[in-house]
Amino acid sequence: MNVLMTGVGGQGIILASDMLSDVMMRAGFDVKKSEIHGMAQRGGSVMSHVRYGRHVSSPLIPLGACDVLLSFEELEAARYVQYLKKGATVIINRYRLAPPSVISGGEPYPDILPVLREKTDTIVMVDGTKIAEDMGNPKGVNTILLGRLSTFLEADESLWIEAMNSMLKEKIRTANIEGFRRGRHA
Amino acid sequence: MKKILSGNEAIARGAYEAGVGFAAAYPGTPSTEVLECIAAGYPGIHAEWTPNEKVALEVAAGASYTGARAMAVMKHVGVNVAADPLMTLPYTLIRGGIVLVSADDPELFSSQNEQDNRHYARFAKIPLLEPTTSQEAKDFTKEAFKISEQFGTPVMLRTTTRISHSMGIVEMGEVAGQPVPSIERHPAEWVMLPANARVRHPLIEKRLLELKEYANSSPLNAVEMGDGKIGIISAGVAYQYAKEAFPGASFLKLGMPYPLPDRLVREFASKVDELWVVEELDPFMEDQIRALGIACRGKDRLPLCGELNPDIIGAAISGAAPEPFRKPALPGRPPSMCPGCPHRSLLWALRRNKAFIAGDIGCYTLGFLPPLSAIDTCLCMGAGINHAHGMATVFGPGKEKIAAVIGDSTFYHSGITGLTNLAYNHGVALVVILDNSTTAMTGAQDHPGTGVTIGGEQTIRLDLEKLVKALGIEWVKTVDPYDVKKTRKTIKAALAHDGPSVIISKAPCVLLRSKKVPGEPLCVDPEKCIGCKVCIGLGCPAIEFRDEKSSINSSCVGCGVCGELCAQGAIGGGK
Repeated sequence: MNVLMTGVGGQGIILASDMLSDVMMRAGFDVKKSEIHGMAQRGGSVMSHVRYGRHVSSPLIPLGACDVLLSFEELEAARYVQYLKKGATVIINRYRLAPPSVISGGEPYPDILPVLREKTDTIVMVDGTKIAEDMGNPKGVNTILLGRLSTFLEADESLWIEAMNSMLKEKIRTANIEGFRRGRHA
Repeated sequence: MKKILSGNEAIARGAYEAGVGFAAAYPGTPSTEVLECIAAGYPGIHAEWTPNEKVALEVAAGASYTGARAMAVMKHVGVNVAADPLMTLPYTLIRGGIVLVSADDPELFSSQNEQDNRHYARFAKIPLLEPTTSQEAKDFTKEAFKISEQFGTPVMLRTTTRISHSMGIVEMGEVAGQPVPSIERHPAEWVMLPANARVRHPLIEKRLLELKEYANSSPLNAVEMGDGKIGIISAGVAYQYAKEAFPGASFLKLGMPYPLPDRLVREFASKVDELWVVEELDPFMEDQIRALGIACRGKDRLPLCGELNPDIIGAAISGAAPEPFRKPALPGRPPSMCPGCPHRSLLWALRRNKAFIAGDIGCYTLGFLPPLSAIDTCLCMGAGINHAHGMATVFGPGKEKIAAVIGDSTFYHSGITGLTNLAYNHGVALVVILDNSTTAMTGAQDHPGTGVTIGGEQTIRLDLEKLVKALGIEWVKTVDPYDVKKTRKTIKAALAHDGPSVIISKAPCVLLRSKKVPGEPLCVDPEKCIGCKVCIGLGCPAIEFRDEKSSINSSCVGCGVCGELCAQGAIGGGK
């Protein structure tokens, strides 16, 4: 199983993909994950590959092999479309962060749906950012999105709760578990 | 017990299990987390950030002279800085095991070049280990210390970004005790005068032959026979990619690719119809295999540049054209300096003063991007001051406005010698030290100017102004970069000064203070905004331009620089 997470540096993608990896290890799979740190964290485009199964060799997902894409930002969902398998599931957080060329008025924010539809019709929009703000926990977008993602994956809900209990600081645990549950029905 | 660890976390764990007592590093992507994990997770190991990589390797060598196991960790270009001790250390007698971790960056995710540091192992005549997973990153770290002590040699453990920053499941192992340190004296083996070093060199050559024998029989180098048609010799993460692309092929996985296990390679080659060498960057193994007279394929099809992946390897070996894909035409999203970053206004002011700006390595290098376009050179750590001095000297005083910018951490790393040279040789360039009190680009590590060690203990805090004066620069001013008017005035005075000048631009990294300082986001009064785009010229991600007017989004931290620049007084609010 190949899961790609995309978004913008600073959105909590690394923690989210860490958590997915931890859950799948708990579920008994071999897991590998790869992403880029460093320069990319300064507001750049970020992509994290998570792969799990009986045995995983490459930490990178081959082109056209991604089963599920979870994007924390709308435009970033379309940037790595070449990784998508035909008919893949694409989950997109309803949130737009304008890149520099759009910010400076050079070009409009693009329409990404036609790009994605060349590969798949299974496109799920999630109001993660809005739910997080409504819950008074704007930093909790990632666990809300993980909640939605979890409904497309094999692992049992209890494993996710276990992972959150072990990986999150006590102060933010309850709010994030609540967000995760809201996300499952978002 | 099993855990999911990144390659870097696994190396830290391996160091702990190996009984390492001393670890030193200078931060550099993708190596940084190794020392951070050691400091955070294994308090029994002394960890220290050193000002640069040469210091890291030399203090590790000192620790090893006592019998302690010691490690120095750096990114690939850091090994260039540490190359001086690295070349002679193999001549000396090794007591406690010593391992150099070199984290290379194929594809240049966060580096100025993509040099292949495996050559350093061959250059220094020391064994090279290359893990292909996090599990091996841990196990090979232990193995590296074992080899170091068994053969009396420094060992290089080489990772790449995809090993250091990929995660995988790691089974924890047993923890060895740390050796008890003691004083010994080995002048003939530790004092590398010509007479002594001359005696040591033949020992290195002999040791290399012994290491080659070891490589021929070590389980680090493993044959996995599949079908006999295609045989692949590979190492590092490239092995995993090749395995993904050709799960049925035969493999010779070289966990210890140098010294190359000649017999093993020959034997493997004889069992397969078509021999391929799959490696990232240079034909390091391939050239040596060809030198053995063994026919193989590799870089005739595989790229010399960039990282590999299963798709590239699959297409290269099968000879099929890679499946064409149209990259969608989308607006790019390059990294940029954060909203409220203190570098932005300083760079803007320098550019407005029409200076040529020799840059250096750090977040401020991102000031190269338009619309700021305020970095004119970037070569390596510490080069900017020297570029500026070289250029300014050619023109002579008062002819051209030439400045260098360098961060505080980079200045301590290798800027001090450059500034000393500039003062000594009647330099006239302006040097701006961007003092944000941290090593920002790699994720905010402490350094000799922060007053704190990696362990969180209070320590000396270098006084930059005093230091600069002590190096012989008399014209030194400290500015607050958020006060743009005053900063511009100071820059103007410095550029007009006919001797060397230093401006210290002092304001903490916005990431360090995001909770305390920022006021409310500012806002633009659309009635007053005339769409002149002066604020857009700052390249701040918080300022947007739409329908001929500027507006400010929620990422604004209220630094106030754009408000100060706006001649219409259209930007206000906030604190």
